[in-house]
Amino acid sequence: MTDAEIDVPQLLDTVAAEINTELERRGIRSPILVGIHTGGVWVARGLHDRLLARPPVGTLEVAFHRDDYATSGLKAAVQTSEVPVTLDGRAVLLVDDVIHTGRTTRAALNALFDYGRPQQVLLAVLVDRGGRELPVQPDVTGTRLELPGGQRLKLRGPEPLRFMLEGETP
Amino acid sequence: MSVQLDPQGQLRHLVTTEGLPRELLARILDTAESFSGVLGKSVKKVPLLRGRTIINLFFEPSTRTRTTFELAAQRLSADVLNIDVATSSTSKGESLLDMLRNLEAMQCDAFVVRHADSGAAEFIARHVAPGVAVINAGDGRHAHPTQALLDAFTIRREKGPLEPLTIAIVGDILHSRVARSQIHALLGLGAGEVRVIGPRTLLPRDIGRLGVRVHEDMDAGLDGADVVMMLRLQRERMRGALLPSESEFFARYGLTERRLERTHPEAIVMHPGPVNRGVELDPQVADGPRSVILRQVTNGIAVRMAVMSMVLGGQGEIPTEPIEEASS
Repeated sequence: MTDAEIDVPQLLDTVAAEINTELERRGIRSPILVGIHTGGVWVARGLHDRLLARPPVGTLEVAFHRDDYATSGLKAAVQTSEVPVTLDGRAVLLVDDVIHTGRTTRAALNALFDYGRPQQVLLAVLVDRGGRELPVQPDVTGTRLELPGGQRLKLRGPEPLRFMLEGETP
Repeated sequence: MSVQLDPQGQLRHLVTTEGLPRELLARILDTAESFSGVLGKSVKKVPLLRGRTIINLFFEPSTRTRTTFELAAQRLSADVLNIDVATSSTSKGESLLDMLRNLEAMQCDAFVVRHADSGAAEFIARHVAPGVAVINAGDGRHAHPTQALLDAFTIRREKGPLEPLTIAIVGDILHSRVARSQIHALLGLGAGEVRVIGPRTLLPRDIGRLGVRVHEDMDAGLDGADVVMMLRLQRERMRGALLPSESEFFARYGLTERRLERTHPEAIVMHPGPVNRGVELDPQVADGPRSVILRQVTNGIAVRMAVMSMVLGGQGEIPTEPIEEASS
């Protein structure tokens, strides 16, 4: 495992600035910030103070909505989702650390709708590493990285947050 | 290797809490914790077992237990079939194995089994087709693992970690599958001290070997306890001459407010239900502020969801990479 040499605080600043711009552009004043367990929750907490809207922060566990349950089972550490306010009619800012295949985002959207019907959902990620298997694209991306298929980018946290590269090195 | 675990140590069937590794017991409770979050949402359902079929195979009537298993399966989006065997074809002479084969031919994925004979659930687990899971919903005097796990889950939610706790189990230990499963689950999870309290005629002779402290005197047994788990007294024990009378049982082993004063000031009172008021519990205690009996019922759904999702998920396969990172 090696350090991916990504400056996470700087990336959080970049993403937060872009989110602020995007929220302004869309006229969204009171969004709800929802982080996807586990890395996305750390990112959501890191973004909270950097966002002008200071949105309430929720957490989302997507394990019960994953499409690989039948083959891989339930992961060992299933967390609890906590969505503090009703989502009906609100804008949700969904946050994750890395977007890869798009399957986690798909599961997260399904999980989110169990809590109500948001007026709109924006997706923000720190890193887009490509390799999408579903037609899902983030609205805000901190940086893009091309990684070989065997490698994984994993956010370690909660303090300090740092990206690590795992798996085969090319 | 136990029939319950696959070669990778994952839960394949749940027949008993005996011998389950502590990490696995804790994982069931942790998973139940996350399912209890599901029950608090506006949509109380997840798609985990969509397309799977679970058969509640009850050879002994139990509306309450069957209902919580049924609700748990439905909240996981499974299809559920209830088969009351007393009124079905076994009474026409069909053997149990024939019946299993026929039900399996309907492409079911799991059996929830309640049976009057000890060992019935394990027998079925050993004979089902590969890929079909069995969950014991109570067999004879042997085991009632989901009840024990929901009790442990309730204790952990109400009192925190089990290590410092003193837990007293009171009543007919001898005939109780619930007590046996509770003892294995609680000690397996590292509970500080487990005591059993009951009249000598209702205490198994070698119960101390399980690692519990044995008390025939209720007051001494309750001293400083953090949790009091009352057991249901089967009325036929009176006829079996194991007890003189219900009123004498209540006088010696009934939980009253006065007796409760001997326990820790924040002790909780539990009962697997349904309560015989005035036999095991004073009605004021059963409905009092220390009673968590109704919360046990609610917790039972989350725990059964956890067990179902674990025995039906990815059996026999080890993910080649950690699930969280397999795709994102």
